Amino acid sequence: MLELAIGIILGSCALGAGVAMIAGIGPGIGEGNAVAKACEAIGRQPECKGNVTTTMLMGCAVAETTGLYALVIAILLIFVAPGRLVNILMDTIK
Amino acid sequence: MENNKERFKMLDTVYMLMIILPIVCGIIIKILTTPQSDDIAISGARIFFTLKLPIQDLPITESQINSWLVMISIIGLCLFLTHGIKEKADTKRQHVAEWIVENTEKLVNGNMGEYFSGFAPFIAAILALSAFSSLMALFGLYAPTSDVNVTAGWAILVFFLITYYKMKCGPVVYAKSFADPVLLAPLNIISEIATPISMAFRHYGNVLSGSVISVLLASGLQGLSAIILGKLPGFLGEFPLFQIGIPAVLSIYFDVFSGVLQAYIFAMLTMLYVAGGFPADEYFRRKAVKNN
Repeated sequence: MLELAIGIILGSCALGAGVAMIAGIGPGIGEGNAVAKACEAIGRQPECKGNVTTTMLMGCAVAETTGLYALVIAILLIFVAPGRLVNILMDTIK
Repeated sequence: MENNKERFKMLDTVYMLMIILPIVCGIIIKILTTPQSDDIAISGARIFFTLKLPIQDLPITESQINSWLVMISIIGLCLFLTHGIKEKADTKRQHVAEWIVENTEKLVNGNMGEYFSGFAPFIAAILALSAFSSLMALFGLYAPTSDVNVTAGWAILVFFLITYYKMKCGPVVYAKSFADPVLLAPLNIISEIATPISMAFRHYGNVLSGSVISVLLASGLQGLSAIILGKLPGFLGEFPLFQIGIPAVLSIYFDVFSGVLQAYIFAMLTMLYVAGGFPADEYFRRKAVKNN
């Protein structure tokens, strides 16, 4: 019975991490849009290349934040959560 | 005269050793403390020992040691670049040092305005510390920036700076800045708290995701070469065919490009937040009134 419970905990943590990383879609689309527009801008005004590139990189970094939140949660679910949850389970059984 | 030249050269050697020795020390510590194992493991910073303090124990981890090594290295680099500096630049290192100083001042003046031109050393320090910390991964060392505690420390420092400059016109103006449209005050407070959190997680997440992906790819390539060459006898069976070169390409992106870019972004966001939070119009108006 205990093995089953621990198995369910580990499986759910892995599934949760996978589901959390669906958030990667958002920054992907957003950064794609940003880079596309930056390419258009450089095509129209090649002399502004430096400014456009730095601004685009800043925007990309800010847009990336939500994806990184998801990454942090996924990493917590994989590396930290199973140990914590198994400990809680053991304590309740005692 | 001869004596002076010798002294100059000796100091140069000392500074160069100051740049190189910390990295060598880090590699030696890493080799001595890493337990031997065959499979590739993803682990956090290793705890070397714990200091007993009255309120809470302080664990001394790999990331702390490595960031101190980086700091010593950067101090050595600064001393080396500014050694034997003259009024008229005639050595390569002085040109490099002047280039760094001029560009940082240009960056700070362009983004923050004249009032904040004193911020240039701070911004340069953040840039150098962050970039060199991320570049530690090139030597196979644990990058301090892939520990959330390090980046959170920097982000909290920046948060204090932002709050200090927002408070420049007194607490009333500070409180008013949240209630710009009164209904949005809770959201403004949340976004104020989210600033250091997002700065810390952005830097840490980028560097950590790079190292995790590199480890996963290395273990995958190990498996692939074991499948393809495993049947061959003897030495050929263990030859790491796919581990040659391919991880280096990823390392260039994740360790060099991403690390330096994140350092730049961290410094840039620091400048934008500090300059953006400062109520410049109000401050200069009051100053003018006071002077009259």
